[in-house]
This record gives sequence, C-alpha cells and structure tokens, in this order.
Amino acid sequence: MSIMEYNGGSVLAMKGKNCVAIASDLRLGNQAMTVATNFEKVFPVTDCLYLGLAGLASDVITLRERFRFRVNMYTIKEERQIEPATFAQLVSSTLYEKRFGPYFVEPVIAGISKKTGEPFIAATDLIGCLNFAKDFVVCGTASDKLFGVAEGLWEPDLEPEDLFETISQTLMNAVDRDAFSGWGAIVHVITPEKVITRTLKARMD
Amino acid sequence: MAECSFGLIGKGYVILASDTTAGRSIVKMKEDEDKIKALGPNLIMATGGEPGDTIQFAEYVERNLRLYHIRHNHTLRPSSAAAWIRRTLADSLRSRNPYSVNLILGGYDHTTSTPNLYWIDYLGTMVDVPFAAHGYGAYFALSTLDRYHDPEAPLEEGLETLRKCVREVEKRLIVSLGKFKVKIIDRNGMREIDL
Repeated sequence: MSIMEYNGGSVLAMKGKNCVAIASDLRLGNQAMTVATNFEKVFPVTDCLYLGLAGLASDVITLRERFRFRVNMYTIKEERQIEPATFAQLVSSTLYEKRFGPYFVEPVIAGISKKTGEPFIAATDLIGCLNFAKDFVVCGTASDKLFGVAEGLWEPDLEPEDLFETISQTLMNAVDRDAFSGWGAIVHVITPEKVITRTLKARMD
Repeated sequence: MAECSFGLIGKGYVILASDTTAGRSIVKMKEDEDKIKALGPNLIMATGGEPGDTIQFAEYVERNLRLYHIRHNHTLRPSSAAAWIRRTLADSLRSRNPYSVNLILGGYDHTTSTPNLYWIDYLGTMVDVPFAAHGYGAYFALSTLDRYHDPEAPLEEGLETLRKCVREVEKRLIVSLGKFKVKIIDRNGMREIDL
C-alpha cells in the first residue's frame, strides 16, 4: 500500500462569491485500523487564510509546524500578513526543497486576499506542483470520489451559507464511499469579515 | 508487534498498562520487564518496538526532559513534552538509522488540571486520544475500549475497563503476553498497582 494512503484522510476546498470554504475529515488510521477520530487536517495560517494537509500524518504535523515557523518569519521580516497567492508559492517551494525525498503530503490552500478581497484556492502535489483552480480542489484518499461529487454539486457564485452546504454535502457523500476517510468532518467558511467553523455530524461507521 | 500496551484517561487520571515479556525470535527471555518509564514527576511513557531502540530512546527522552527541568527549574507540560518527543521521532525517521519505537505517553497537566494521553508511533504520528493501544493487542482492545471507555469514569471503573481489555487480549490473541504492569498518573504523581 502507498505511504500516501497509510493514515487516510481527505481535504477539499471550494470557491464561492467573495468567500471560500475548506473542509477535512477527522479520521486518523493505521491502514484499516482507526486510531483517532479527532485528527484535524486544516490549520489557520492567518485570520483569512487556511491550509489543509492530507497524506502521511507525521508529515502533516511536521509541515504544519514548519509553515507556522516560515509564516512567522515572513510576517516579522515584511511587517505585514502573507497573501494567499504568496503563501501558495511558499508551500510550493518548501515542498520542492525536498524534491528527491519528499514530504508525503498534498496541501490545499484556501483564503481571501486582504488587498483585493478576491477569493483564492490552490492545491499542490507532494513535490509542490501548484494547481490554481477557479472552482474547487481536492486531495487525500477520497480524492477521486470528491472530484465526482464536487463536479456535480458545485456552481459558481455561491453565497457563504450555500457554499457551506455544498462543501459539506460534497465531503460527507465522498468520504462515505471511502474506507480510509470519514469519522466526522470540520468545515471552515472564510468571508472577508469572519470565519465560520463548524464540525459536522457525519456517519461514524 | 508481539507485545502490547494500553492507555486510557478517566476522571483526573491516566492509566498505562504494558505487557512484561522480553523475547527474541521464538524465545522468551524475561517475564518481568518494565516497559513503562517515568519521564518526570507527572509524565510516564509506555514503549514498544525494536528491543534495543526502545530502551535507548526512552533513556534519551528521559535525560533530555531532566535536562530541561534542571535548566528551567520546572518540568515540561505533557503537551510540550509530547511535541518534543514526536519531533525527535519524526527527525529520526529520515535519518540514517531511525528509532523504531512506538509510544503511549500519559501525563497530568497541573496548569490545567487535566490528564493527557498521547498515541505516538515510530513514524512521528501523534494524536491526543481518550484511549490508546499499540501492538497486536490494539486490534482487540480498541473495540473493547470503544464500547466501555468513559472519560469521566472514577478510577475503579477505569481499571475494570482495562481488565476487560487485558482479558480480551488473553482470550483472543494467539500468543500469550503474560502479566501486565499497570501504572497510574494523577495529581498526586505516579504509582504502580496490581491489576
């Protein structure tokens, strides 16, 4: 079995009208055995920028710490918050640094630009190849199912509440068909004013 | 893998239990090996994995935490100690010869007055959990714990849940693990008890 599927887990981000949403499941497994059901894979970077990491859980934690360090250094040096597009490049170059011995993680970035108010989502592969999407990005063990459901449910210019419904239904219906993801989910909807975070009551079997 | 350890949280305490056999290949060498190490006044760690590595790593951690205690005049909180241990394992994983050690870390945090339990494996995966298990025993004990564990249970009830786990492993696991050593950590510190 691939090391990317060792712990399981999935992350998804979607664009809406002046808002973005990012969500993950909560499972942490050891192959087929579920170890914990409280393992969040989405982390705040700034107050309107979130990073999701799916893949090997050890590298998820390591990279979370590493990005926290690098963003803090950026904030101190530049004396301003990092922009989502800039952060995407930071993620890409951090992963490509380890080109021939990579972190086994696929990141998803979702945020709103403080300067322009534009919503932003992006994803990369494990060596940092960026994918800027204008609709949605997925990663993790349920990524193929997520693509299918998201393709069917997503539509342009969704308002925050509708976007929340869309991303929640997409994630829950996809992970229910995946044995390595699921066991609850968490959703963050980012608007220019505030971030709405909700944990979903999903199937626990 | 033919060894196992459990941990569970109750109301104001953490219990760690581990088997006591030390073997090599098909031979049982010892039946009273203590695999639960005290890392400080409010922190204990159950180790499993490659025999040499477990002891080396446990002592390395113990001494680094002791050094921190001496330098700063206070011990690390369980959450910080866990983060440091995890990082050490994660760095070790990508080194020339990594430690092959799986851990369950139990501690009592005096600043928040809460018991903490961490499940850590040799890859550097860490998660804080209400109950944890490592080794083949995990495949049996986790379902028992899913059914009976209560994070608000008093000590006697927690021990009864643990007994259920041990019984299940003794009944269903094909290898006999022998006796289990049990250690409890709460606001009064660490103590060992007979199950």
